[in-house]
Amino acid sequence: MRTVADLGIGEHGFISGFTDEKLSLKLLEMGCLPGTEVILTHHAPFGDPIAIKVSGYTLSMRREEAATILINNI
Amino acid sequence: MAKIPKIALIGNPNAGKSSLFNTLTGLRQKTGNFPGVTMDKLTGIWQLGPKNEIEVLDLPGIYSIYPKSIDEELVINILGNPAHPDYPDMVIVVADASNLKRNLLLFSQVRDLGIPTVLALNMIDVAENEGYVINSIKLARELSVEVAEVNAKKGIGVNGLKLAVQKTLKNRFASNDGLPLPVSDELIDEIQAAFGEVDPYRSLLWLMEHDRMKMFTKDQCADLDRIMVKHDFEPKKYKSAETVKRYEFLTEVVDRCVINLNRQWDAVPVKTWTDRLDKLFLHPVGGYLFFLAILFVMFQAVFTWATYPMDAIDAGVAFLNDWLKGILPESTFRGLLTDGLIAGIGGVLIFIPQIAFLFFFISMLEETGYMSRVMFIMDKLMRRFGLNGKSVVPLLSSVACAVPAIMSTRSIGSRKDRLITILVTPLMSCSARLPIYTVLIALVVPEKNTLFGLFNLQGFVLFILYMLGFFMALFSAYIMKLILKAKEKSYFIMELPTYKAPRFKHVSYTILNNVKVFVFEAGKVIVAISIILWVLASYGPGNSMKDASDRIKIQNPNLSGVELSNKIAGEKLENSYAGHFGKFIEPAIRPLGYDWKIGIALITSFAAREVFVGTMSTIYSLGGEIDNENATIKNRMRAEINPQTGKPMYDLALGFSLLIFYAFAMQCMSTLATTYRETKSWKYPLIQFGYMTALAYISAFLVYQALS
Ligand SMILES: Nc1nc2c(ncn2[C@@H]2O[C@H](COP(=O)(O)OP(=O)(O)O)[C@@H](O)[C@H]2O)c(=O)[nH]1
Ligand SMILES: [Mg+2]
Repeated sequence: MRTVADLGIGEHGFISGFTDEKLSLKLLEMGCLPGTEVILTHHAPFGDPIAIKVSGYTLSMRREEAATILINNI
Repeated sequence: MAKIPKIALIGNPNAGKSSLFNTLTGLRQKTGNFPGVTMDKLTGIWQLGPKNEIEVLDLPGIYSIYPKSIDEELVINILGNPAHPDYPDMVIVVADASNLKRNLLLFSQVRDLGIPTVLALNMIDVAENEGYVINSIKLARELSVEVAEVNAKKGIGVNGLKLAVQKTLKNRFASNDGLPLPVSDELIDEIQAAFGEVDPYRSLLWLMEHDRMKMFTKDQCADLDRIMVKHDFEPKKYKSAETVKRYEFLTEVVDRCVINLNRQWDAVPVKTWTDRLDKLFLHPVGGYLFFLAILFVMFQAVFTWATYPMDAIDAGVAFLNDWLKGILPESTFRGLLTDGLIAGIGGVLIFIPQIAFLFFFISMLEETGYMSRVMFIMDKLMRRFGLNGKSVVPLLSSVACAVPAIMSTRSIGSRKDRLITILVTPLMSCSARLPIYTVLIALVVPEKNTLFGLFNLQGFVLFILYMLGFFMALFSAYIMKLILKAKEKSYFIMELPTYKAPRFKHVSYTILNNVKVFVFEAGKVIVAISIILWVLASYGPGNSMKDASDRIKIQNPNLSGVELSNKIAGEKLENSYAGHFGKFIEPAIRPLGYDWKIGIALITSFAAREVFVGTMSTIYSLGGEIDNENATIKNRMRAEINPQTGKPMYDLALGFSLLIFYAFAMQCMSTLATTYRETKSWKYPLIQFGYMTALAYISAFLVYQALS
């Protein structure tokens, strides 16, 4: 399964689900909803954390957190 | 007289609540462009008209009514509990119009709690720039709520907001959709049977968040747990499903009420300023370099640029002192006034330029939105040491003062990360250490230009001291990470706000205010202690002072004039009350290279380290070479001779030993009190005091032994 952590800079995907129940609520509240488009915009030095564009704003999260967001490419 | 109605400002972090609060009340609540500026509640009065007042409550930001950190918990404890003294009559939900959908999630939850609500669309200017057109009349109809467009920063739209608030207060209308997702009637009935008639959505909030709400007793919590099990109710599932459901509805509403012009015409969204700046600031290599460059310029400013106004203040104080000594007759009072009081006050005033520069830089970082970027690029590094990207805010702002810095840890979600951050934050060099550093560096580091003739060697040493504090904080954090146990995993899901131009009015207010606090708060303590010390150093037990002067006269029959009075003054100080205190702890501090005079300074700066320089000035003015020309603290300390070696007392070894001691020692009552308040236990302030004192003592010992 592809996750947001697999995206390269400038790549995008659509959220299809979450693998961590506890984090998923926080992510949902922050606007990471199933079906929404995410674009990876930045890596911090050493590749972690990352910043994504979602629902019209920039959200940062750690790589391990990004790995709980499943995506597909349609 | 009717009770004054209460309004709470609720909204996402960084939506502009505190700015709106300031606009409405005329107060100066701290604002800043990153999530997590406001950490506590603050009330003010909004004068709607003559005899028409409203109490406004500014609160920390929340993303939903389900809290994830301590600052968020505070808000829910107020909103969820109608018996709370701060429970509002109505709420203004402040929404960032440039990010409407996410902001409306919270709005819809608050409204469903059954509290009358007005929606304030803030940052209309930002939304406009990004190409959004918001039909707020339609939005008001779709959400059945009064909507007002405002610009909290500029204070535009207050009249519209006033109207909306008055209307809502009058009809107390809480349009309440009931439950976002149905649950069984028996569940709600059971909660209501146990806790009284309450709004169904609020009863669910109680059911799901009772652990974080202070209104419930242990028994009540057990009751709620039992109800939850009995009905097979799963809070996590419910909250997630609720959030999705709300967003579904809100997406439709926003689609109908908001048009994005940029989206319509361009396939590719336009590059904003924020995108361009982030290319530089978040660059894997350039980002770090830029941050280091900012820090370096900051220290150059604090040490090099600030020296010019500082020298002027120093000279002014010395001039005033000499002048007073010239016109006043020789007396005890003259001594107290010039060497005690004015020298003490001068010791405070001289640091105004440095404090001003420090606060200028901190406030620029906070205002522009760069602070969040620092958290972003530092998270990985911090995590290795048991900290968190969010720890950067406390660590950086404790360069100014550890007290607000420790409070700002409230937004750190994980308890372990927060605790470690609190414990190590005071190792960062705060502004009260600056005076000590400045005086000591000037004494032992030559004033030579190095590094391309651009950076000054003294500035460089200061920079190293700050870095030392930072690395010691990291090191201590790492040790604590190994010792403390984590209950929950930490996370770093955080909004990166758009960059905003700093408001110079705001920045200069911040500087002015902090300088004022420094001068008056620190000044009060320093002046008080200077006077007490002056008394303690001028008098001794029994006849000891007179004996001392007689003794010197007998021992040195052929001395006279200035030389004699210097010797007498020295002997007197040694036999004064203060001298006895200093002598008492001398054995303990000998290994660090300190004598009893420095011992006196250590004792007086035990509760507040800013007292050090004032103490030095009092001690050396009373017991040293009396030299009326240019009697500054620096010159007095420079003239001090080590009685054992006959060389200047303040050599490299002693200077650095003292510098290191003051860099690591916990000499601040206010910080310990804050740690106590934030951790609600005496254990942590004690640990903090203990490990920092040990660190200071051992490091100073090693430095002194290595250099001497
Ligand atoms: N452009 C613009 N900036 C605003 C507006 N309102 C607030 N700000 C800025 O947004 C940032 C966050 O404001 P603050 O009041 O601290 O937000 P809070 O976290 O909700 O209390 C600050 O830098 C403010 O100057 C507005 O209407 N327009
Ligand atoms: Mg605020």
